[in-house]
Amino acid sequence: MPRLSSYRDFDWVLLGFVLLLSVISVLEIKSATLHTKFHGFDHKQIGFLAVGIFLMFLISLIDYHRLIDIAHYAYGISILSLIAVLAVGTKVLGGRRWIKFPGGIHFQPSEWVKLVLIVAIARYFWGLAGKDLTWADIGKAFAMIVLPMALVLKQPDLGTALTYLPILICGLFLGGLRFRQAGIILLAIAILGLGVYKSGKHLKPYQQARIDAFINPDSDPRGSGYQIRQSLIAVGSGGIWGKGANMGTQTQGDFLPIPYTDFIFAAFCEEHGFVGAIGVLLLYFLILMRLIQNAQTASDLPGSFIIMGVVAVIVFQIAVNVGMVVGIMPVTGIPLPLLSYGGSSVLFTFLSLGIVMNIRMRRFVN
Amino acid sequence: MEAAHHPELHDLGPTGKVEKVTAGKLHAVQYLVALILAVLITGLWRLEVVGADNFRALAEANRIRKVPILAPRGRLFDREGRLLVDNYPSVTCYLLREQVKDLEADLPLISKGLDIPIEQIHATIRRYQLAPKYEPIPLKQDITPDEQAFIAAHRDELPELETLDEQRRLYPRDGFAAHLIGYVGEVSEQMLDDPRYAFYSPGDVVGRSGVEQTYDALLRGTDGSRDIIVNSHGKELGHLGQTLAIPGKDLKLTIDLDVQMAAEKALEGKIGAIVAMDPHTGEILAMASRPTFDPNQFAVRLTKSYWNEILNNPDHPLLNKTIQAQLAPGSTFKIIMSVAGLQENVAQTMHVQCNGGATFYGHFYACDKHHGAVDINNAIPYSCDTFYYTLANRLGIDTIAKYATSLGFSQKTGIDLPDEASGTMPSTVWKLKTQHAPWYAGETISVGIGQGAVTATPIQLARALSGVASGGVLRRPHVVFPDEVPPEQLQAIHETFPGSGEATIPLTSENWETITDAMAAVTTTGTAAPAHLEGIDFAGKTGTAQVMSHDALARAGGGHKTDPNAWFVGMAPRRNPDIVVAVLWEHGNWGNNSAKLAAQVIDAYVNKQRKRDNNLRIAITPEPAEPQTAPSTQSIPSTPSATKPQPSTPTPSAE
Repeated sequence: MPRLSSYRDFDWVLLGFVLLLSVISVLEIKSATLHTKFHGFDHKQIGFLAVGIFLMFLISLIDYHRLIDIAHYAYGISILSLIAVLAVGTKVLGGRRWIKFPGGIHFQPSEWVKLVLIVAIARYFWGLAGKDLTWADIGKAFAMIVLPMALVLKQPDLGTALTYLPILICGLFLGGLRFRQAGIILLAIAILGLGVYKSGKHLKPYQQARIDAFINPDSDPRGSGYQIRQSLIAVGSGGIWGKGANMGTQTQGDFLPIPYTDFIFAAFCEEHGFVGAIGVLLLYFLILMRLIQNAQTASDLPGSFIIMGVVAVIVFQIAVNVGMVVGIMPVTGIPLPLLSYGGSSVLFTFLSLGIVMNIRMRRFVN
Repeated sequence: MEAAHHPELHDLGPTGKVEKVTAGKLHAVQYLVALILAVLITGLWRLEVVGADNFRALAEANRIRKVPILAPRGRLFDREGRLLVDNYPSVTCYLLREQVKDLEADLPLISKGLDIPIEQIHATIRRYQLAPKYEPIPLKQDITPDEQAFIAAHRDELPELETLDEQRRLYPRDGFAAHLIGYVGEVSEQMLDDPRYAFYSPGDVVGRSGVEQTYDALLRGTDGSRDIIVNSHGKELGHLGQTLAIPGKDLKLTIDLDVQMAAEKALEGKIGAIVAMDPHTGEILAMASRPTFDPNQFAVRLTKSYWNEILNNPDHPLLNKTIQAQLAPGSTFKIIMSVAGLQENVAQTMHVQCNGGATFYGHFYACDKHHGAVDINNAIPYSCDTFYYTLANRLGIDTIAKYATSLGFSQKTGIDLPDEASGTMPSTVWKLKTQHAPWYAGETISVGIGQGAVTATPIQLARALSGVASGGVLRRPHVVFPDEVPPEQLQAIHETFPGSGEATIPLTSENWETITDAMAAVTTTGTAAPAHLEGIDFAGKTGTAQVMSHDALARAGGGHKTDPNAWFVGMAPRRNPDIVVAVLWEHGNWGNNSAKLAAQVIDAYVNKQRKRDNNLRIAITPEPAEPQTAPSTQSIPSTPSATKPQPSTPTPSAE
């Protein structure tokens, strides 16, 4: 007789780390918007967190196998919602990423599509478990990811589109991709990528400019290089101990671009220094290790797949966002999970955590 | 983390499928996560620990803007402390290129609000293309209150516009003393390359001419600055501190406003120059040049039409003719000839019969009159060419050149004004150097009357002739009192403007008396008799210098521009004069025309001295009216004992 899941098995330690980061996030958003028209975003973020936590508990009550059962429907709806965004979405800052609902609610479908893709990939590789991957299997997995990626790129939102990639890579890695197959895929991508870069036609001008600026930030100090440059100045001037909460001159003087979302880590580094940054990265490390441990103890393959999909997305976003802030990655517009301001990002994170909790709670169910 | 090996990981589920992910792969992911975080921490270390100082400086540079507090330039006064050049508060609009994302979109509004054509804004921006982006571009100077209100009202839409309070130059109107004072303007690119201007940056205002240029380092003062904290939009968030500006030093010029006014008035409507100097010290009392220009037009941005007007004027309004016009001195040169002739003991005994000219080396050289029997005493008053042709022939070119050079010909005087011309004094060496040809004795003849290759500036003639009248003591002309200037700067100015400066030439007292008495006769019985000043010991020498040869004159067929230049160098009193006035009236036709202009200036000076000091020393006219009673006679005025050589310092109580 299967044991019933209970909140005794809820991962309270993981939740503790997550909430700690959320508190840091709210405080830094408050600091970063202190003298701007975005003042009060910290309160909105608290609201998002409250809804997120509520939804996390709610989704943790639903057996994740039910989610896997409906994954193909959800995938279909996801694709439709991405098409809808392109058709009727609201244009913000040159990208058509949002659907406006009555009551002032904006929704960014590309964020929750991530979650659907994680579950769908888990379902797909579960179906292939135990057998060697053929090129057809690999091709199908690619198609599953590349279709929504293409739609998101069309918005255009290179950053979010790229976050779908780690889901695929993680799936292929855990699903049993052979070294030889991985080598061939990498070679093909390398050749393709080089061709795209050489032709220079497939990137939007601002994307090309960002890459150029990344290679040489001083080439255009007020243009694309500006963001990187100001971010580097913010982080570097923080020093070991930081300038203190609400005291970052780059952050408070509005030199740092969007310091409450994409560049929030730069704002944090400026005000809390190297020591503070190490603290935040340590929290991420603990959260990720805790997640991987849950993947290990999951009762079945799709459970592990889902958790590792979440891990892949979070690791990727940390690497790209923090990498951008410290100047070793180009500007892509990817938010930092758990720190950046934004409802869609918060909801994705907490819904993923809800599913992770559910998987953990059911580890002894079988 | 958890123990590495869980036996159940490899268990098969109820479906018979593999139901677990291998632990090895999960460990691999853990290592990957740790590696990624390590790389990120390395990046943070590089920035926050290694590069912290550098980035901290950059962050400070970001948020702190130095707003210059411009130092007001020193004012200029005349020798009696009367204000000549003042400053007035003015506002300049600057463009901050860093503060704007899309300048093109804002241009129509800026153009409308500030009343500048868009093309002109483009041109201004293009001029500053190479300057760093953070450097503000002066968009419009001296903006009106309406334009200031426009900028204030559009702070949010046009954050790229900034205003700066400045002090602007206010010069006398109508080009009064314009050449002497000079003007200020933006520092030019050539000047920026000059190490002397190393501390200027583009857009700085700097003296470009006259006293403004020579004494720029004193006049400019030191700009201060205010450190304000700004955000990325340039909005002021607070301030840190300020360094106050040190105003430029006020300077007292040697100019006497009353004498200057007389000189300006005398030149009205003419082309030429007047310079008045105190021969005891070299202090310039007046300096005027015509045509003139309005330096106020240069102080704000010069309009194209005014600039074209100046450029297209054939009489070169920007030229300070007192120090830059190099022209044949004509008969004024006869004073130099007389010094040479007397000191060489040739002229004393030379007697010439003037029959309207003489023939030398097979060529007839004309004199304007039949002067009859001429010696040194009447050769000067009557300006007899025949006498000086003969004297020149006797002395030879190199002897003439030696004396002329010792009196400052072919050298700058070293006046403290920029771009002085040095004139020309021909000699055998000079001709060999410049024309690679030997000197012909025939060429010496016309040099004897200040024609031929010899040229001089009014200031050179003033210094030379008054030097002779002062018994051979020559001074360095200057327009600023040396005690106004710190010694090291004075030294630097002397080095910047080298010249003949202070000099003493040998002149026996007999020769001195002979020449000065003859010069006094010029204004009584001589060529400048119409300019005679009643009750003033007024001496001088006229000069009427042909501007072209007789042949060229015939070809040109007459016209005003072919008229000879009229020179006069006058002084009072005749020996150890207190004032010397050199007048150049281009195409003034006859030397005594210029003598009348000099007389006006000297009259103004003497009257002023009399009024102020009740000092009538100059008025002690050694000549009674006697020679005037017989103007037609060619007798030489006798030398009364009252004008025996005196010590060079005038004694006010001489009466």
